[in-house]
Amino acid sequence: MSGFPILSLMLAVPLVGAIVCLFVGDKASRFVALGATFATFVLGCILWANFDIGGAQWQFTERADLFGRFQWALGIDGMALMLIMLSVFLMPLCILASWDAIKQRVGLYMAMFLIMEVVMIGVFMAQDLLLFYIFFEAGLIPMYFIIGIWGGANRKYAAFKFFLYTLLGSVLMLIAMIAMIMEAGTTDIPTLLSYNFPPEMQTWLWLAFFASLAVKMPMWPVHTWLPDAHVQAPTAGSMILAGVLLKLGAYGFLRFMMPMFPDASGQLMWIVFALSMIAVVYTSLVALVQNDMKKLIAYSSVAHMAIVTAGLFAFNQQGIEGALIIMLSHGVVSAALFFCVGVIYDRLHTREIDRYGGLAVNMPVYALFFMLFTMASIGLPGTSGFVGEFLSLAGIYEASSLVAFVCTTGIILGAAYMLYLYRRVVFGELTKDDVKAMPDLNAREWTIMVPLAAVALWMGVYPESFLAPMRGDVTTVVARLAPAKPAGDAHLTAGKPKPAATHGETTHGSAHAGGVQ
Amino acid sequence: MSADLALIWPELILTIGGLITLMLGTFMGDRQVGIYQLSALLTLAAAAAAVVALFGVEATVFSGTLSVDSFGGFAKLLIYAASFVCIVIAPRFFSGGMRAEYPTLILFAALGMGIMASARDLMTLYVGLELNSLAAYVLASFMRTDERSSEAGLKYFVLGALASGMLLYGISLLYGFSGTTDFAGIAKVMGGELNIGLIFGIVFVLAGLGFKISAVPFHMWTPDVYEGAPTPVTTFFATAPKVAAMALMTRVVIDAMGPAVGAWQQIVIFLALASIILGAVGAIGQKNIKRLLAYSSINNVGFMLVGLAAGTQQGVEGVLTYLLVYMLTTLGAFLVVLRLRDADGNQVESIAAMAGLSQRRPGLAAAMAVFLFSLAGIPPLFGFWPKYLVFEAAVNANLVPLAVAGIVASVIGAFYYIAIIKTMYFDDKSETEFSGGGAIVEDAVITASALWLSVIGYLFIPVLAVLSASAAAVLF
Repeated sequence: MSGFPILSLMLAVPLVGAIVCLFVGDKASRFVALGATFATFVLGCILWANFDIGGAQWQFTERADLFGRFQWALGIDGMALMLIMLSVFLMPLCILASWDAIKQRVGLYMAMFLIMEVVMIGVFMAQDLLLFYIFFEAGLIPMYFIIGIWGGANRKYAAFKFFLYTLLGSVLMLIAMIAMIMEAGTTDIPTLLSYNFPPEMQTWLWLAFFASLAVKMPMWPVHTWLPDAHVQAPTAGSMILAGVLLKLGAYGFLRFMMPMFPDASGQLMWIVFALSMIAVVYTSLVALVQNDMKKLIAYSSVAHMAIVTAGLFAFNQQGIEGALIIMLSHGVVSAALFFCVGVIYDRLHTREIDRYGGLAVNMPVYALFFMLFTMASIGLPGTSGFVGEFLSLAGIYEASSLVAFVCTTGIILGAAYMLYLYRRVVFGELTKDDVKAMPDLNAREWTIMVPLAAVALWMGVYPESFLAPMRGDVTTVVARLAPAKPAGDAHLTAGKPKPAATHGETTHGSAHAGGVQ
Repeated sequence: MSADLALIWPELILTIGGLITLMLGTFMGDRQVGIYQLSALLTLAAAAAAVVALFGVEATVFSGTLSVDSFGGFAKLLIYAASFVCIVIAPRFFSGGMRAEYPTLILFAALGMGIMASARDLMTLYVGLELNSLAAYVLASFMRTDERSSEAGLKYFVLGALASGMLLYGISLLYGFSGTTDFAGIAKVMGGELNIGLIFGIVFVLAGLGFKISAVPFHMWTPDVYEGAPTPVTTFFATAPKVAAMALMTRVVIDAMGPAVGAWQQIVIFLALASIILGAVGAIGQKNIKRLLAYSSINNVGFMLVGLAAGTQQGVEGVLTYLLVYMLTTLGAFLVVLRLRDADGNQVESIAAMAGLSQRRPGLAAAMAVFLFSLAGIPPLFGFWPKYLVFEAAVNANLVPLAVAGIVASVIGAFYYIAIIKTMYFDDKSETEFSGGGAIVEDAVITASALWLSVIGYLFIPVLAVLSASAAAVLF
């Protein structure tokens, strides 16, 4: 495959699809969008199949000096590969999820979704700082339209809030990027990754990046745009927002802040830990009292992302691998949960939890799938959630037992709010007439549920498929962070016979040992 | 002397072409729109060709009062292009009311602006500025019978005269304390000890020029004049004179005041931040799209001044690139406004009437969305790039606080831009029916600039970089 610009092709297919969608009618645009996203998914599979695990860090690199000051430079490592796979996997499902739900201006809708896809995978592919920023920011425009045109009753407010909040965050990052480019004299990300910025400059750069990425993440207390955006967005919009867009923040942490500013990351990790601890407990409690299903899942997303940030800043192999698995798992599971909400919303046109109840009686298949995703969200062993949470909490424990303790309460609270939601919606008496009349899943909904469920189980039973491509990259980041890593309070020691080094502190030893101790 | 004449072909062509157009109008009558319009367009094209032919020539003419260089050439090309478009779009707007004075005045204004962009002496600066301004005052009140248009002309004239007075006062101070009106001579004096007279001179000259680029706090006239003037004239005001005045200000600041960085830089920083913030906040409550675009131009001038405040070659390159992109975006946006006519053929200017435009005129709404996102500087639209350049220049010149303040304020600006997009895309359809069709030239210009601003523009960055670098290098 070397030499063939498969990454550019993956960007071009949805882009062309988007342009076509604008000009063909409503009916045809659905098929065009489905075809384009599916073709991109197939390309993604080819990409994964050809990815050389353990090979060069950056693969499929492309470089074209198109813009003078910066370059069209693409390339992926394992982390980017997995996040691209997540995006291209969710996209066709999103198109299917909006097949019947979207009735007006379908062409524009599909075009916006396809542009969204271009932008998202572009972010993960970009190897040039400015190119990254352009993709990163460009996502605002299609999402603004998706929320604003096809959203719920309060959609305009939500669209504004989403746009301005995230824009305010990212402009500071732009200033930091300019300073970085001036200091290092290059926009090339792989070069910047090994450039040592002066420590006092790192602090400012770190804070500027943090301002942007914390909003995207979103971290407490700048998470307030997320519940609004989720509640108002159409089902597929929420799916893609929770599934992929929330991962951009964590990806930025892992790609930029931690390896580029290791000293500042070490010094300022307390900020991340403090905000993460607050977020885990606070947003979980907020989720517990929600009456709106989407809002509940949105708050649960904030809590999950907080475990991701804490895991990333554990600075060790398990913590970061676990955080990555939570990102992937949450991408699949929260998208699935939003779809579960969408399924019943399409039937009853309300997201209020009290309006439902007893769905297990008339929608058994739906109840089964919903149960599976609820369990995956809670982190039941055997589902994807468990792997990520276990790994990252083990990593966090090594860094700080207090943080691990607080974050673990998030798992308990998570079980509480998810099970409480499930009980109120699916169990109980089937008393309401309109609820009784709701039919079970149709073929289209089956088609969406089955792949999501399969991946959630696959990730839970054999996470090695997903961990293997990323392990080398995580090791690189951990090695880069090693000098700045503060001593943890856990003082882990392996068994007596052989005083083995702890994971993650050596560069190669852990590369094959796997994440689980 | 005759050698000097060979170097000012663009100005000569405009003068002669302007007079011919005037005669054509007088003798053929106002009905022969095609003829005098053609003559004006040919004049502009010929002048532009002369500028291109002179590219690379670096000389001063008429005892050092006028400079022929690529900086002036760059600005002149933009000015002529904007004037060209503004003449093309006029007949449809004025329908029966088109008169030969319109292209003639634009030609003379373009002549004045060309002199502004090339001036390297306070006297030529003033002559160019006034030639442009006098033509502009008449253009603003071109629709004699329309109350708003007359008001706009009068307001522009009174406030413009005040600004010219301030500028002249500053010029007299600079002359009095430096003993010369030549930019290079003034710069030599500025390199030494600064006395109170020179500082006052700097302040008054910058105030006078600030009026011409409508930087806050000298922006009061802009919304009223933009709203009142006929739309093609507003289009003209928002593009060509902005380029000329900004080029003039850059030359004065860098060439004449260059050594006194401390004195002018803080003024420019204040003008920049005040324009960005007030331009953004002032736009929020606007109900008229032309008024809103006036505030948008104030806002954008603020960003250009950020590049100028850096005072480096990189900053000037940023300003020039910004001017080009801003001009194209603004032209596009005003052309869209020009295309908004209701069923009776009346111009629609109220933002409320644009509600649901995306469902009635999807193409027009999409183009407008591109222009607005681009003005807001949201990537991947090309408006992002000049903003990036000016902020980069500011950061590299150690003006990080200015860059941070400016970029944060740009988020306020984004609010009103996306508010219009909300009106066009999210709101329910308004009562207004829009008539369409017939304006092929307008549509072509709108489509071309929207496409260029979407992503294609990025491919032109290397070309733009070379052009703006060669133009900016003249000043350093």
